[in-house]
Amino acid sequence: MKSQRQNTYIQSVGDPQGEITLFVAGRVALDTVTRVMNEIHAALTAAVPTRVVIDLSRLEYLDSAGAAVLLQLANELQARSVACELVNLSEDSQKIMELLDKRMLTVPATPTDNAATGIMVDIGRASLQVRDDFVLLMMFLGELIRALGRSLANPRSVRWPEVLFYMKRAGVDGLPIVGLISLLVGLIIAFMSSLQLKPFGGNVFVASLVSVAIVKELGPLMTAIIVAGRSGSAFAAEIGTMIVHDEVDALVTMGFDPFRFLVVPKVMAAMCVVPLLTLYADLFGILGGLIVGVTGLDLTVFTYIHQTQKSIHLFDITASLVKSVVFAGLIAGIGCHRGFRVRGGAESVGAATTSAVVSAIFLIVVADSAFAIILHYIR
Amino acid sequence: MNDKTIIRVEGLTARYGGITILENVSFDVARGEIFVIMGGSGCGKSTLLKHMIGLYEPAGGRVIINGIDIHSADEEALLAIRTNMGVLFQSGGLLGSMTLAENVALPLGEYTDLSPAMIALVVGMKLGMVKLRGYERHLPSELSGGMQKRAGLARAMALDPAILFFDEPSAGLDPVIAAELDAMIKNINEGMGTTMVIVTHALESILAIAHRVVMLDKEAHGIIAEGDPRILRQQADDMRVTDFLNRRIS
Repeated sequence: MKSQRQNTYIQSVGDPQGEITLFVAGRVALDTVTRVMNEIHAALTAAVPTRVVIDLSRLEYLDSAGAAVLLQLANELQARSVACELVNLSEDSQKIMELLDKRMLTVPATPTDNAATGIMVDIGRASLQVRDDFVLLMMFLGELIRALGRSLANPRSVRWPEVLFYMKRAGVDGLPIVGLISLLVGLIIAFMSSLQLKPFGGNVFVASLVSVAIVKELGPLMTAIIVAGRSGSAFAAEIGTMIVHDEVDALVTMGFDPFRFLVVPKVMAAMCVVPLLTLYADLFGILGGLIVGVTGLDLTVFTYIHQTQKSIHLFDITASLVKSVVFAGLIAGIGCHRGFRVRGGAESVGAATTSAVVSAIFLIVVADSAFAIILHYIR
Repeated sequence: MNDKTIIRVEGLTARYGGITILENVSFDVARGEIFVIMGGSGCGKSTLLKHMIGLYEPAGGRVIINGIDIHSADEEALLAIRTNMGVLFQSGGLLGSMTLAENVALPLGEYTDLSPAMIALVVGMKLGMVKLRGYERHLPSELSGGMQKRAGLARAMALDPAILFFDEPSAGLDPVIAAELDAMIKNINEGMGTTMVIVTHALESILAIAHRVVMLDKEAHGIIAEGDPRILRQQADDMRVTDFLNRRIS
C-alpha cells in the first residue's frame, strides 16, 4: 500500500487493485473546504482510482458546506463510474449529512431569462425583444384607436371627471415649469442670435428669429418633452402600480375595458391640454425674446411685437397646434403602454417609468422630423 | 353539462413559455357548492383560477361557465358572464384612488340603472355584510389587510353574482380574521346560494367550509385527488393527499 502525506487535510492510501482510501482530518467547513477539495482532487488525479473510500474517522468538525461538497464529490465520482463511499462518520457528521437533500445534487438548475449565454445570443434575444415590443406596441395602438373611436361615437361612455382630473394634472399643474422654461429658452435664443445680428444692424430680426423658432419648432417640442417627463412617466407609474396590485385584473374580471377606463381619459386629457400649453409656451418664449430685445437691443415693445406679427403666419400656428396634438397622443399612449407592460414589483414600475419618458421623447423627435418634411411640401 | 353544473373545466393545459404548469385538467363545479382548489406551493392553483376567470388563455382545453366557453365567447356573452361573477384577489384588488364606497359602487354604476341614492343604499348594505359599515369614505390604503379583503369581497358581491372566486383569501390574515372571513364565505353561500371557488392551502379553512376539493400536484401537473376533504383526509389512497390534509411530513 502506498501512503502519501504531504497535505494538511488529506492522507491518501492506495492499493494495487486501484482502491484509494482518503483519510480526511481536521475541519471541513466553509473556511477550509476549498483547500480540502484541492487536496482531494490532487490525490485522485495522481492515482486514477477504480474505487474511492472517504474515511472521516479523523474529522474534527464538519459543517453543512463541507458535507455538501463531500456528497457532491461522491456523486461526481459515481457519475464517472468510480465507486465512492463515505465511511466512519461521527454521529454529528451523520446528522448533518441527513439534513441535506441529496436529490438537489442531481436536479439541474431551472433556466432563467438572465442566464449568460454569449454576445450573439444576447444580440439575437434583444432583436426578438425589439420585434415583440413593436408588435405589442402596434396592438396597443390599434386598441387605443378603437377605444378612442368608440368614445367619440358614444361620448357618454367617457369618464369625463377623470378627463378633467388629468387635464388639471397634465395642464394646469405644468403651467409654472412650462412658462419658466419657455421664457428662459426665448431669452437664450434672443441673446445668442443678437450676438450675431447686432454687428450687421439686424437687431429687429431677433424678434423674427425668436418667434419663428419658438412657434414653429421649440414651443411644441419643449412643451411635449416637459409633458413627457411630468405626465408620461406619471401615467406609466400609475398603471404599472395598478398592475402590481391586481387592480387592472380586478377591472377586467368586472367586465371593464382597461382602455376605456384607464387609457382614454389620459389620452383625451393630454390631447386637449398640450396644444393649449404649447400656445402658452409660445407666448412665454416670445416674452423671453422681448425682454432681451427691449433691454439689450434698444427695441421698443411695439417694434418687437410688430416684427413678431410679421414673421408668424396662421399656418405656422396651426401646424404647431396639430403637432402638439400628435405629440400628446404619443406621450399619453406610450406612458400607458409602458404601464401595462409592468411585470413584477417596484423595479419594473421604475423601469416602465423611465422607458415611458425616453420612448416618448424619441417618438416626439421622430414625429417632429416627419412634420418638418410634410409641412415643407404642404407649404 | 347538466343543470347542476355551473362551471366545467375540460382538458385544461396551462403553460408559461415552454414550461407546463397544468396538463389536461378536468373537473366540474356544482351550482351552490363551496369548491376548493388546494395543493402545495407552486402547483398551479392561482394559474388554474386565472384561467377559470378568463385572465389567461389556455394552451389547450376549455373553461365553460353557464354553458359558455369563456375563451371563445363574443364580447356580449363574455360581459354577461363577467357581470355574473365576482373575484376576490389575494391583494384585495381595490382601486387605490377610490374610496371603499366608490369601489363597491363601481360595478353598480356601470351595469345597473339604479339611482345614486339606491346605489348608496346597496353599497351600505354590502359593506354591512362584511362588517365595514362606517368605512365608506376610507381609501384602501387606510385600512388593514383584513379590512381590504373584506372590502374586496363586498365589491365582488356588488352585483349579487352567481359565482364568487377567491384567490388565497386568508393569505396574510391572522387566524381570527381568517376564521371570520371563512364564516362570511359560508354565510353568503348558505344565505344566497352563491357558488364559491376558492384557491387556498389553508387547512383550517378547507376543513371548515369546503364541500368538495380538488388537490393539484406540481409534479403531476394536475389533479391527484377530488372529493370531500374530511373523507380524503382519512381515506385517500395517495399519501401526498393524506400528508397534506394532516400536515404530515413523509
